[in-house]
Amino acid sequence: MAQQGLFGTSLAKKYWMALTGIFLITFLVVHAGINAMIFFNDGGVTFNTWAHFMGTNLIIRTMEIVLFLGLILHVVDGLMLWKQNRAARPTDYAFAKHNANSKWYSRSMGILGTLILLFLIVHLWHFWVKTRHIAGTMEPYGVDAAGQENLFALMADVFSNPLIVVVYVLGCFSLFWHLLHGFRSAFQSLGLNHKKYNGAIAFLGAAFAIIVPLLFASMPVAMYLGWVK
Amino acid sequence: MSILDAKVPAGPIEKKWSEHKDHIRLVNPANKRRIDIIVVGTGLAGASAASSLAEMGYNVKSFCYQDSSRRAHSIAAQGGINAAKNYPNDGDSIYRLFYDTLKGGDYRARESNTWRLAEVSASIIDQCVAQGVPFARDYGGLLDNRSFGGALVSRTFYARGQTGQQLLLGAYSALMRQVGKGKVKMYDRHEMQDLVVVDGKARGIIARNLVTGELERHGAHAVLLCTGGYGNVFFLSTNAMGSNVTAAWKAHKRGAYMANPCYTQIHPTCIPVSGDHQSKLTLMSESLRNDGRIWVPKKLEDAKAIQEGKKKGSDIAEDDRDYYLERRYPSFGNLVPRDVASRAAKERCDAGFGVNKTGEAVYLDFASAIERYGKLEANVNHIDNPSAEKIRELGMKVVSEKYGNLFDMYENIVGENAYVHAMKIYPAVHYTMGGLWVDYNLQSTVPGMYVLGEANFSDHGANRLGASALMQGLADGYFILPYTIADQLSGEIRTGPIKTDTAEFVEAEKSVRERIDKFFSTKGTEPVDHFHKRLGKVMWEKCGMARNAKGLQEGIEEIRKIREDFWANVRVPGKPNELNQELEKAGRVADFLELGELMCKDALIRNESCGGHFREEYQTEEGEALRDDANYAFVGAWEWTGEPGNDVLHKEKLEFEALKLSQRSYK
Amino acid sequence: MGNMKLTLKIWRQAGPSAKGAMVDYPVTDISEDMSFLEMLDVLNDKLVREGQEPVAFDHDCREGICGACSLFIDGRPHGPSRHITTCQLHMRKFKDGDVIHVEPWRSGSFPIIKDLVVDRGAFDRIQAAGGFVSVNTNGNLVDANAMPIPKPESDKAFDAAACIGCGACVAACPNSSAMLFVAAKVSQYALLPQGRPEAKERALNMVEQMDKEGFGNCSNIGACEIECPKDISLENIARLNREYLGASVAKE
Repeated sequence: MAQQGLFGTSLAKKYWMALTGIFLITFLVVHAGINAMIFFNDGGVTFNTWAHFMGTNLIIRTMEIVLFLGLILHVVDGLMLWKQNRAARPTDYAFAKHNANSKWYSRSMGILGTLILLFLIVHLWHFWVKTRHIAGTMEPYGVDAAGQENLFALMADVFSNPLIVVVYVLGCFSLFWHLLHGFRSAFQSLGLNHKKYNGAIAFLGAAFAIIVPLLFASMPVAMYLGWVK
Repeated sequence: MSILDAKVPAGPIEKKWSEHKDHIRLVNPANKRRIDIIVVGTGLAGASAASSLAEMGYNVKSFCYQDSSRRAHSIAAQGGINAAKNYPNDGDSIYRLFYDTLKGGDYRARESNTWRLAEVSASIIDQCVAQGVPFARDYGGLLDNRSFGGALVSRTFYARGQTGQQLLLGAYSALMRQVGKGKVKMYDRHEMQDLVVVDGKARGIIARNLVTGELERHGAHAVLLCTGGYGNVFFLSTNAMGSNVTAAWKAHKRGAYMANPCYTQIHPTCIPVSGDHQSKLTLMSESLRNDGRIWVPKKLEDAKAIQEGKKKGSDIAEDDRDYYLERRYPSFGNLVPRDVASRAAKERCDAGFGVNKTGEAVYLDFASAIERYGKLEANVNHIDNPSAEKIRELGMKVVSEKYGNLFDMYENIVGENAYVHAMKIYPAVHYTMGGLWVDYNLQSTVPGMYVLGEANFSDHGANRLGASALMQGLADGYFILPYTIADQLSGEIRTGPIKTDTAEFVEAEKSVRERIDKFFSTKGTEPVDHFHKRLGKVMWEKCGMARNAKGLQEGIEEIRKIREDFWANVRVPGKPNELNQELEKAGRVADFLELGELMCKDALIRNESCGGHFREEYQTEEGEALRDDANYAFVGAWEWTGEPGNDVLHKEKLEFEALKLSQRSYK
Repeated sequence: MGNMKLTLKIWRQAGPSAKGAMVDYPVTDISEDMSFLEMLDVLNDKLVREGQEPVAFDHDCREGICGACSLFIDGRPHGPSRHITTCQLHMRKFKDGDVIHVEPWRSGSFPIIKDLVVDRGAFDRIQAAGGFVSVNTNGNLVDANAMPIPKPESDKAFDAAACIGCGACVAACPNSSAMLFVAAKVSQYALLPQGRPEAKERALNMVEQMDKEGFGNCSNIGACEIECPKDISLENIARLNREYLGASVAKE
């Protein structure tokens, strides 16, 4: 393992965590933006158009691979950090008041990340593995009013199950806490800490952590309750 | 009684040091690798000497009892470090620094050493800045200075209230650099237990590994003691809990003379004792006296009411306050030297004017400073007709910027807000000017053993001025010892490594082991602290701020009794071969119990008052110290003869060429 | 003598490889003017008189500057108050009848020697790896005022230099990371012109040693900053991150 530089050292792990984190944050923006097309309430036509574009465009498909690589790196790096950090304190305190000096979610990024990962497996099964890799998945849903493959109908079907809606909402909660620490933390890890801008970064981080997961959570809920048709 | 030769070079005082350096013998770079040096202590003197010697090429072994060399007690010095830089252009010079230091020490220092100290002072600042020590700076980016007690110029460099910390961390960083290079081998959590003398030369030490309890033999061609002062003989002092005399005392028993042990500095601005549980005293930087005014009530009945808790300081009308330092010493006022300020506080409290429940405290009041600064700030900020509250608010801000950390510290310990209620202070043991006798080369009476910093009898005479201890520690370690030691070491290039299996090492280790065994075999009932507290009380009452022949004689008797009781009734729990803090304390207290007697004896033979040594029989009509230059202008160096109390006095006559002796006056 | 009664739950461990345990000790006659360590002195005095082993703990200056004292008190490093060390903590912060847990710093990089005493030698080794300016002792250096340093930079360097190396940052950090300590040292020198020539090497070498010592990784939790007795800011960690990134990218 390298002793200095951008691979293997404790600081390198932070940089990679931050960079992949920021990359995943940008992905969330795109993902949330396109999914929000369901709120056009046009039977999913706009949404299906964008979904089709995302599923077929060569650049986007290439980025998909990069995205997966980024995610894997984020997860693996995170697990390595978690493991090393556990090992750094072989005996724990008999009595500790952690809440007196830090936030529980800052201390729980590993757990929150794991919850998000579990959610992602469910989520990818529903909307990626089945649709892309299991032939015939889309057949029962036919086409939409514009004659496009009807991913919207699949969504409506999946979110008709209240249990799945709850799982999705919980996933978004985990994402909220994860982002609440992660957004700001990424800037700090990259050394971007300046009295003049810290307030703005903190505000942006909190706003992002609230808005994006809220938007995501509103989708299954809206579909389940029939607000979007 | 013999006369000691300090080997002061001939010639005019301002040329002595450079001439001496020019003619001193040197060790060539290739030969330095063949020479081992032991440095005991890692404070300013020890860390600076160890790193400088290692840089020059010597092999250095560095020892400290703390868990890290960064924790030596130099770190606690708050106020600052003097240097004759004359940056503020107020007329400072080497001569003036020399003059102030010698006069401040009541003409009981060796003139040539004091001059040299002033001479190298400026280099210390250059060195520290180059190391990255963050001294206070003004808005132009240049170094800031302030004035300190006993000086009429601003020559004190400082780093907020943590000057000692920053200087020590600078020296520590230089030391760690050499540790990283392998030129210094660091032994922390090791305590020197004895000096090993072979054929009349210091050739090594016996050290106890404080973690395993193992006794280790370390050989070297020279041994440096940089082990600080012995203020803890008083039990309560501003020293660190572990500060001790053991290394110096063991060296004393091996032939090093102990000089002027009775010269003790009692610092005027400490937080008063709050009860019997007290383990140490906390100093409040002397810089507070720049703005705080010291007073007690004029009327005895007011003082009584305050002591009984019926009145507060703020209830006393301005006209009923006695600003006794300003009254007695109009030209220096609250900035008189430490010994003068301490004694004046004791005088008032002894007369019944103390301002806390024990009657042993005086006020240090910032109310008028707050008002003065407030008005100034109001002017600067163009606030017309500011209200009293506004002035107070502005003034408090200024005072907080200057002394905020000290006010916080005070509130933490006392539980009282010093912005609202006047601070209460009382003198406490702080520094010991006495120590092992050294010649001009800093070599003790044991050839090959050198003593640096507070551990030597030093350049401060009978009283040390504020901000001079840091100066001396670094001067000795950076700029004096590394040159002077070569004179002796040039004769050692063919000696070869020092063997530690010789009879002398075996004997020294055996004597250390026997004493440790004796502690465990005593099987008494009282913990070590019990005896230490008793000793401290005797020292404070009989050999403290004011001494007299009768008290000192009683003190000697009492100390002997405590010492006997100690060896009959002390209980040291645990085992010798483990981390055993009670055993560590026992060793230190056993040595204090012998030193204490010598201090009383030294104070008893000095039939005069000078600096921190105030004999009640010898004072002027106004109560000031009365020196006897005809009979006592000497350094009293004591030789161990085998039993505590039997030390024999040797004198080094103090000659003054550059200065005329005069009655010290701060009026 | 005071009148507080307390129950102390103290970690006792006979030696580095011995098994340790929390042991209960009642103490009485505690005055609110006592410091926490003076309260432990009272306990130890009692233990010695009763023929028991006193509790070993590190301490020296007892005025908050040497960094020797440690102790995880009542679930926090240096106890419940902010910006002070254990020796500055006074018993008036506690109430009669309180139960107080006292543990050593817990970190694999700070092995326990005995009871509450740990080995913080890792900090010295990190310092020796680069925490210095490579200047030899020399009486002929340039004058200290030859190079003015802007006051704001100098003040920030001082803020970082105030670190006392006590290890509370490591003790507080759920990851047992030493980043605040390392960052404080790197920052002090990075902010001063005297330290700039070696800034890159310093950051790389000190972090390398930090990793070797087995400390955990910083994940920006911020507990260190809250618990630091000298109020060292997280800003310093960001500065170390910047310095290290720059040094890593630029290193040939």
